[in-house]
Amino acid sequence: MTEWLERHIPKMVLAPSFIAVLVFVYGFIAWTAWVSLTRSRLLPKYEIDGLIQYERLFNAPRWDTAMSNLFVFGTLFILISMVLGLMLAILLDQKIRTEGVLRTIYLYPMALSLIVTGTAWKWIMNPGLGLEAMVRGWGFDSFTFDWVINPDKAIYAVVIAGVWQASGFVMALFLAGLRGVDGEIIKAAQVDGIPTWRIYTAIIIPSMAPIFLSAFIVLAHLAIKSFDLVIALTGGGPGYATDLPATYMYTMAFSRGDIGQAASSAMVMMGVVFAIIVPYLYSELRAKHD
Amino acid sequence: MKYTAFAAASAVALACAAPAVAGPEAEVLHWWTSGGEAKSAAVLQQEFADNGGTWTDMPVAGGGGDAAMTALRARVLSGNAPTAVQLKGPAIQEWYEEGVLADISSVAEAEGWGDVLPGSIAEHMKCEGKWCAAPVNVHRVDWIWANAALLEANGIEMPQTWEDFNAAADKLMEAGITPLAHGGQAWQDATVFEAVALGILGPEDFRKAFVELDMDTLKSGKMAAVFDQMRKMRGYVDANFPGRDWNLATSMVMNGEAAFQIMGDWAKGEFLAAGKEPGKDFLCASVPGDGFLYNVDSFAMFEVDGEDKQAGQDLLAKLIVGPKFQEVFNLNKGSIPARVDVKLDAFDTCAHLSSKDMGDSADNGSLLPSYAHGMALRGAQSGAITDVVTAHFNSDMSSAEAVQMLADAVANSL
Repeated sequence: MTEWLERHIPKMVLAPSFIAVLVFVYGFIAWTAWVSLTRSRLLPKYEIDGLIQYERLFNAPRWDTAMSNLFVFGTLFILISMVLGLMLAILLDQKIRTEGVLRTIYLYPMALSLIVTGTAWKWIMNPGLGLEAMVRGWGFDSFTFDWVINPDKAIYAVVIAGVWQASGFVMALFLAGLRGVDGEIIKAAQVDGIPTWRIYTAIIIPSMAPIFLSAFIVLAHLAIKSFDLVIALTGGGPGYATDLPATYMYTMAFSRGDIGQAASSAMVMMGVVFAIIVPYLYSELRAKHD
Repeated sequence: MKYTAFAAASAVALACAAPAVAGPEAEVLHWWTSGGEAKSAAVLQQEFADNGGTWTDMPVAGGGGDAAMTALRARVLSGNAPTAVQLKGPAIQEWYEEGVLADISSVAEAEGWGDVLPGSIAEHMKCEGKWCAAPVNVHRVDWIWANAALLEANGIEMPQTWEDFNAAADKLMEAGITPLAHGGQAWQDATVFEAVALGILGPEDFRKAFVELDMDTLKSGKMAAVFDQMRKMRGYVDANFPGRDWNLATSMVMNGEAAFQIMGDWAKGEFLAAGKEPGKDFLCASVPGDGFLYNVDSFAMFEVDGEDKQAGQDLLAKLIVGPKFQEVFNLNKGSIPARVDVKLDAFDTCAHLSSKDMGDSADNGSLLPSYAHGMALRGAQSGAITDVVTAHFNSDMSSAEAVQMLADAVANSL
């Protein structure tokens, strides 16, 4: 009996969460895929009607804006967060005295909800209330910083707020990575008289490759699913200039009663996530086999 | 697992069955949760209780009704619809097509709704000829509000044509005053757009374009003229408009920071709440051009089981359209009663104007549903139009491009 239990308890313990994931993740992905092939409006319908929703999706200029915004936002957000995070981590790694305090300060934005970040930056970047009004108040009358209300620049305003939120977290990841590099190698390099910047570019950063990958994966999924930041900061506006796929899907499903269209946009979003995650999983699995 | 679910279900069933001895019952899903609106809803609740009914309140705030619609969808899908739901416009017929609305023709006929409601508004309350919803009020959307002192100081009259409006706005610009208070949210862009469209297209073509979605009218030169005027309007707005809420725009007019606002008559509530007097501190007029754009709040009645609930539904429908509730509610909300036989003595001059215009336009066929407020079209179509309107307003797109985009977007949304 005990032997039987010993063999089966792990399976029994895992079974509920396995079933939950099966139904609530994969089951509903399948459901969404099904609905995306129908003409569902207010309520889901189940008669399949071909790829009409995808045709409508790719004909909609608003979806084009949402996808190109995702591309701009994703690229800049990931790139700038990583570069800033790495710089902060390297600077903090110089054995400075108040490292603990500084680390907490930089990490703190991550503790805020994106809604708070979005609202605060909305005020900071509002030309009539925030930075622009302040600098003009100091007498620099030609100072302009109206990105948040300029349809062509608004998406970069979203990037600023996103980077502010995430770069401290990336810094913490990189800091842990820097501490993990073998000190002996660095000392050996120093003895050989290699300049510090060379030590970083040739030894430390390459040995942190796995950390870069983790940071990239975390940031990429933050970028793809970002919704609350845009809602709080610009509400998707001006017009729909800062719409992202997630806000597009929300509008279609919940404001416009167009569930089929929302489902098709959700499927395309999932495709984007897969395009990033699958190569990662593949490389991970292959690494284990080797 | 299955048995627990069954047990839970029967427990719920028992709990529901228990108070079956009571009188009429109604569970009401609505999103009147802010100050004046909540007060208005409480009036109905009180009246319902006075008539021996049991009211179960189900307020769902947020997203201008989006959150309530999500809750409704969940309730309907689980086969447990509320008795009455705040719904409006074609959404009523959309839900009817899902086969979940009840027929309240018996109440409507007994109360003679057909005689007291304007014809085009009554049509919204019917599903294939049967009454399925009860109207609460009529908001007029095509209002232009103005700061009386500013107009006087600059020697400006309330504009009668769009040329007048442009001339007045240019004059105000020279005087360093923002001519138009506006909030850059998609629905507000759409509100201004439809007011301009009504004036420039005229009632006939407005109906063709935004009710019948006639492609020729959508692509016509007059539609390009509407977008031309919208481009002018964009110039009359101050720089900080994106994302501004409508009530902040209203207070700009109140404080003399801006001269005009184009907004529905809920803006009047803001003026009155601030202690301003119509005709003296602020002026109200219909936007240049003929016609009347209405936005009617209503309650749709859902199919429910049980005599007490059906009795509740009938009582609720009767009370909503009853003259007493129509008067009290609309005094609180700033709109006018949907039924035409309510005495307007207690109402202000703007409401009198609104009521008179409603009667006149009902007679000459220019009483039209507001597209921007979901009265004329279904969500997918009106949303597609709003996307184009707001994209044009917030960029330097040409009118020709906008017209082409409008036609494409409407075709794509069908």
